[in-house]
Amino acid sequence: MSGAPVRRGGPPLPSTLRELSRPGRRASGFATLDVPEAGVPGDLAREGRPGLPEVAERDIVRHFTRLSQMNYGVDTGFYPLGSCTMKYNPKVAEATAALPGFARLHPHQPEDTVQGALELLWTLERSLCEVTGMHRATLQPPAGAAGELTGLLIMRGYHTKNGNPRSKIVIPDSAHGTNPASVTMAGYVPVHAPSDARGLVDLGQLEKLLDEEVAGLMLTNPNTLGLFEEEIEGIAEAVHRVGGLLYFDGANLNAILGRVRPGDMGYDIVHMNVHKTFATPHGGGGPGAGPVAVVERLEPFLPAPVVAHDEATGRFRWDRDRPDAIGRVHGFHGNFGILVRAFAYVLAHGHDGLREVGERAVLNANYLATLVRDAYPLAFPGRPMHEFVSTARPLKAHGVRAMDVAKRMIDLGFHPSTVYFPLIVEEAMMVEPTETESKETLDAFAEALLRVAREAAQDPELLHDAPTTTPVRRLDEARAARDLRVRW
Amino acid sequence: MRFAPHTDEDVREMLAACGLGSVDDLFAHLPPGVVLGRDLDLPEGISEPELVRRMSALAARDRTADDLVCFAGGGAYDHYVPALVWALAGRSEFYTSYTPYQPELSQGVLQALFEYQSMICELTALEVSNASLYDGSTALVEAAHMATSATRRGRILVSEAVDERHRETLRTYGAGLGYAIELVPADGGVTPVPAVAEDVAAVVLQHPNAYGNLEPGIREAFAAARAGGARAIQVFDPLSLGLLAPPGELGADIAVAEGQGLGNHLNYGGPYLGVIAARMQDVRRMPGRIVGETVDVDGATGYVLTLQAREQHIRREKATSNICTNQTLMAVAAAIYLAWLGPDGLAELGRHARSKAAYAAERLAGVPGVRLAFPGATPFKEFALRTDRDPLDVQAALIAEGFLVGPALAAPGGPVLMVSTTERRTREEIDALADALGRAGGAGAAR
Repeated sequence: MSGAPVRRGGPPLPSTLRELSRPGRRASGFATLDVPEAGVPGDLAREGRPGLPEVAERDIVRHFTRLSQMNYGVDTGFYPLGSCTMKYNPKVAEATAALPGFARLHPHQPEDTVQGALELLWTLERSLCEVTGMHRATLQPPAGAAGELTGLLIMRGYHTKNGNPRSKIVIPDSAHGTNPASVTMAGYVPVHAPSDARGLVDLGQLEKLLDEEVAGLMLTNPNTLGLFEEEIEGIAEAVHRVGGLLYFDGANLNAILGRVRPGDMGYDIVHMNVHKTFATPHGGGGPGAGPVAVVERLEPFLPAPVVAHDEATGRFRWDRDRPDAIGRVHGFHGNFGILVRAFAYVLAHGHDGLREVGERAVLNANYLATLVRDAYPLAFPGRPMHEFVSTARPLKAHGVRAMDVAKRMIDLGFHPSTVYFPLIVEEAMMVEPTETESKETLDAFAEALLRVAREAAQDPELLHDAPTTTPVRRLDEARAARDLRVRW
Repeated sequence: MRFAPHTDEDVREMLAACGLGSVDDLFAHLPPGVVLGRDLDLPEGISEPELVRRMSALAARDRTADDLVCFAGGGAYDHYVPALVWALAGRSEFYTSYTPYQPELSQGVLQALFEYQSMICELTALEVSNASLYDGSTALVEAAHMATSATRRGRILVSEAVDERHRETLRTYGAGLGYAIELVPADGGVTPVPAVAEDVAAVVLQHPNAYGNLEPGIREAFAAARAGGARAIQVFDPLSLGLLAPPGELGADIAVAEGQGLGNHLNYGGPYLGVIAARMQDVRRMPGRIVGETVDVDGATGYVLTLQAREQHIRREKATSNICTNQTLMAVAAAIYLAWLGPDGLAELGRHARSKAAYAAERLAGVPGVRLAFPGATPFKEFALRTDRDPLDVQAALIAEGFLVGPALAAPGGPVLMVSTTERRTREEIDALADALGRAGGAGAAR
């Protein structure tokens, strides 16, 4: 056994900063105040001090270094979370985002002083439009879900302008949870389209759901099961026939880079998760960025401002005069520092590199699926694209569930796949290797998964007890919710 | 640049294992009508040295807050970012990880978030926070949404002295969330106590406000909100809370902030940090991830994402919010920064900012053709000037002198030019700004 990649043992588990705190200890220091001291009115002044920790700089450095050692990242090892596209994050992208000419720009600087930043945003927007086959894009949305909501508000703006905002959005039953949540926040009611026996949208059933109250259909392609919606042209036609708009959830864009473009499939609105497809690091939960690209007739509704380029002078500026814009969806210009990293990624790869990214991502998923599908059958028979959904259902006979497989994989040295998603697959295991993993890694992961399947039959307790090699073992989530402790 | 590690031999072997002969076979089932029959119209890929040259050339076209002395404010501030913040938050075990779905492999980020939540509660004198929202503007949207669902009312009273970017964002999302926004005028640069009718869901004040001023009537305004059955929402500045009474004591039910100043670089507006805190009455209405403490099967203390039944991946269309990816890494950075600052550092930083604002306001208002927009008000770390010249012209002229001020804002009584003083600014820089303003913005300057 190799043991968990984030291991038990070594220095003791860290206490909290509060427990490290000693009155009078301090890390920060400032210059001597060189102007007369000014106070604040007594009734607005703070009485007493906030309970921040009092610690030395070395305390902080050891504390957070130790915490980092208890955390698993792509730099630690293989991270095959399905639907998350946890590919390698290039170091050069980090280095370029830290250049003072990007990191030390104030968001209210006049346009003349940020021509480099505006050119970057403009060029990134043009590149993303080419990759998706769209006309224009907003870079404001700070994450994928924010992009979804932005796209839906663009739909609302468009339909309202045409006289009726409409009331319903159709989403497949396999959709990511952000889809229905965004639909509600956009003031629409979600209508669920069933998947057929192939795991694809059932076009016949879909057509029965479509009417003039449907504002649009949200559909990722490849879909959430990792399968390409082969009837996408018919789906697009059906949605457009009732005046609806087709929305591409870009979570799975990695699979089709350089080979198929949402615009060519008939989509009207596309959001991208740059922290998936364009390799910006996920930060343990963010920041991301969720640019939204649209076809020409939807351009007026994009959030304002957008970057404008005057070809005669070569100058870039913010175009704020957009009367039909849905408004602002972020306080400033979106997660600019993340967009810099995405731009570096696009530039580094070029058209040839991006196409290879998609090819290798699909190759890796198909290869890994081939290695494990006997023990963990594919949920649907079609050819996987960049990820595949297996089921741990055969192991249930031994009293073993997908979560047990996941926890045992941790003890064998791997971050497990996504489990229990999509919701429509029993004991789902959703595996997305990404293109940056080697054949050796995939072979080793497959070998471990197959070993766990054997162990499930021979020694299921081994799986129920796992993990045993991590800093903490299985945690009591029910207790966390019942006996709520969300602060010191 | 390529990051896929496959050799040609690997590709052949892997295809063969799949029973395929070529890479194109992997895509053979795609309908021909949608396949792009050409290369993307993008340049070819380039090497790392070429990439660095391209990116550096773009960055070199920008003026930075290093080569201009930064007195700009309006929601983003040139606070000092200590070296340890990104030395630690920049450890790749943190920044290359995903949302902590497997807590046994993610105790580092989970504990860091728990400590962040704890420190936000200590700062605000409120009871619960979360693992971050996108930024200050979208945090206000989430607070408004919490208020409308708690009160089942639809009117939000927002002070005119709340940052206009926050108000615009609130308006955008209101189109979907179905609330209506009404502006409370702030003549004189501070907000009067509003009348709170029975259909008001929330009263929103910013303190210190968008013109830099403390809100002298904030306790009364929040008391009126609560007496009327509405939620009191404060937009606050985390770095003011060493000096200023915390939102919880002022009567706020929900407090939101732009957390950029908590260890984040200016980054041309993002990634920043959306901070939110509330009372336990609203814990089940909170958006996004919340980290809770628990124990493992051996009784050891550990941390997990908790109350997930509020969230989109469980509740779907009935979730409290659609937020999934947030700004976790910025929250980790904020926890590191706040530990560095400590209670004494927070108070000292506040004294610097407040004292320098008072000094700068007096110096700059002494320049001919320049005066304070709201002379009776008390600024915290920024203040509004009225200038005889157009504020945008003054801003441009000051850039030529090596100073960055702004933004220029619409305000009661006409446009204003904002000037901000963080703890980094010195008396010498303020005096030099006053001299430059005399040349750039004063009555004698060319129109």
